[in-house]
Amino acid sequence: MIGIEHYVVVSSILFVLGVLGIFLNRKNVIVILMAIELILLAVNINLVAFSAFLHDLTGQIFAMFVLTVAAGEAAVGLAILVIYFRGRGTIAVDDVNRMKG
Amino acid sequence: MIHVIAFYLFAVMTIGSGAITILSRNPVHSVLWLILAFFNAAGLMILVGAEFIAMLLVIVYVGAVAVLFLFVVMMLDIDFAELRAGFVKNFPFGMLIAVVLLAEMVLGIGAYKAGALQLGTPDGTAAQPLGTSNIEAIGALLYSRYLFLFEAAGIILLVAMIGAIVLTHRQRGDTRGQKISKQIARRPDEATVNVKPEVGKGVSL
Repeated sequence: MIGIEHYVVVSSILFVLGVLGIFLNRKNVIVILMAIELILLAVNINLVAFSAFLHDLTGQIFAMFVLTVAAGEAAVGLAILVIYFRGRGTIAVDDVNRMKG
Repeated sequence: MIHVIAFYLFAVMTIGSGAITILSRNPVHSVLWLILAFFNAAGLMILVGAEFIAMLLVIVYVGAVAVLFLFVVMMLDIDFAELRAGFVKNFPFGMLIAVVLLAEMVLGIGAYKAGALQLGTPDGTAAQPLGTSNIEAIGALLYSRYLFLFEAAGIILLVAMIGAIVLTHRQRGDTRGQKISKQIARRPDEATVNVKPEVGKGVSL
């Protein structure tokens, strides 16, 4: 039978994959944003699993709020990416410290 | 039995496509694998009976966020090979961090299984009432107990939308847009009129 531990293991592996993605693709902001989405997905799986196994809907409500924040973050992050690319012609994060002012 | 098979299918697919997402050379492939990961995560959520969040995941992530990612990846002309330069250099350090993190989590799960962690017991106020569907119960909770948080979420989305528009909007010189102030300030005596004068009488200007 599938217990809550199975879900927690899946979500923690997914979380670690997201963190690893940030480290491996240090220069590519798009993949970093996708890795952050993976991390938020892991958090959502965790929230939903605990909510279901504890018979309490609060976790699912909070998963919805996490989803809201993730959508807003993706929109603003990609908008920043677009104007950054417009100004510099590249999206390498190494040069971001020139963004001053 | 079918439940167990479905769980392992969805779990393996989620983790596998998540791994390919971060390892893929082409960001377009990354986005597509990310979509697969979201679909399988939605499947995992269906298995525990959270239909609403699963559908929300498919609609919001696959329908909006992933398409947004695809648009940006395809719109920007980026040399992705150059961006991958530090991949091998960062690999050992990244793996070290990942292994340490995973070990900590395994330790946490072990502590939980051994009974060392006390999870709070729900008081039952947010339990799903008997005979209601998941969506019904979430809706009832969202519009009563979490009403203000729900509205705050709406405000967050509004601010994100305005922020994205303000950031990416630019004034372009080569287009002829509508000048509303000029239209409103217009007077009848400076307007062009259509007159039909009789022949030889001339017109008064």
